[in-house]
Amino acid sequence: MTGGADEGVYFITGKDFTNAGAASSSLKKLLEDRGVPADIVRRFSIAAFEAEMNAIIYAVAGMMRYSITRDMVKVTLQDMGPGIPDISLAMTEGYSTAPDYIREMGFGSGMGLPNIKKNVDHMTITSVVGEGTTLEFDIALSPSP
Amino acid sequence: MTLEDIQTILNAAVLARRADLGVSIDRAYCADLMSDVLAFSVTNSLLITGLTNAQVIRTAEIADIRAIVFVQSKRPDMETIALAEGRKIPLLATQLSMFDTCGKLYANGLRSQSVDPA
Amino acid sequence: MKLKDIIDTLELQVMTPGLNLDTEVTGGYASDLLSDVIGHAKEGFVWITFQVHLNIIAVASLKGLAAIILVNSRALDEATLKRAIAEGIPIITSPLPAFEVVGRLYTLGLRCP
Repeated sequence: MTGGADEGVYFITGKDFTNAGAASSSLKKLLEDRGVPADIVRRFSIAAFEAEMNAIIYAVAGMMRYSITRDMVKVTLQDMGPGIPDISLAMTEGYSTAPDYIREMGFGSGMGLPNIKKNVDHMTITSVVGEGTTLEFDIALSPSP
Repeated sequence: MTLEDIQTILNAAVLARRADLGVSIDRAYCADLMSDVLAFSVTNSLLITGLTNAQVIRTAEIADIRAIVFVQSKRPDMETIALAEGRKIPLLATQLSMFDTCGKLYANGLRSQSVDPA
Repeated sequence: MKLKDIIDTLELQVMTPGLNLDTEVTGGYASDLLSDVIGHAKEGFVWITFQVHLNIIAVASLKGLAAIILVNSRALDEATLKRAIAEGIPIITSPLPAFEVVGRLYTLGLRCP
């Protein structure tokens, strides 16, 4: 694996379905270019993509910060959205508040947050109803000892 | 099985201009819900779907999908095709339903081999 | 082909106790999009899906479908299961992904023309 610390931010616009996934897709490329093993890249990309889609579907806008070091990739996605009243309910597979048109686009199946949790090493969500949600997760970049 | 074999079995149209039909495909996954693909599909699968928007291409890229078949005469728009071309993901379109598409490919030996990603 | 024969052959699990499984199955439809099912599924078809939104029961009932087969061990919440029993729509689950379930149904002779 090569490269020192790397960090940056992507700005996400709510309901911008044309560019949805663009941030995750460039982050995926960034990790690939650093020589991160394919299975770790895949786990990270899935988590990042689900997080990005959540912000696009539910929020007005969001900021996706990332930092990549030799050992770890970390993402913090802060959105200006409706907030999540009951986080444990939102973590339940199959639970979704997505409107019909989102479901007809192939999202809102109630798998987003569970999918993120399943693929990352650590995940935290903090949310204030009416203000927004902050999701943080990280993944170790080398196989655990 | 190659993508060309799949094209023949499904009597499918090729939607990209520079698609490599010689690419080898040995797994398939069908879904319209993208989180389902992200959670359960295995890398290098063929994705069979009735959705034609840009997120399908993004999902395919994230999940390392090798090629996509759109079923039931559905066609993506030019932007979506261009997105797939940029990511070297070949696109096919068939008139068959998702059910018959999967059935015919299964009958020809294709399987899902789903694994638990956790 | 009877629904109960499909359940036995594919070793599927029935989640809705007490419903009639003697229904004649005339075909299959695979989709997670309610609009596609409304537009294309036919009476007597089994519907193979990962979709668990409450409205799947209303759609199945509206189209006169024989059953809903949920894939990847997808679970339904209590309210949706109750609705299914009330509407007489059998809910059946499989641990397999949709492609594998459809493949086996196709092998049994079901089609979706």
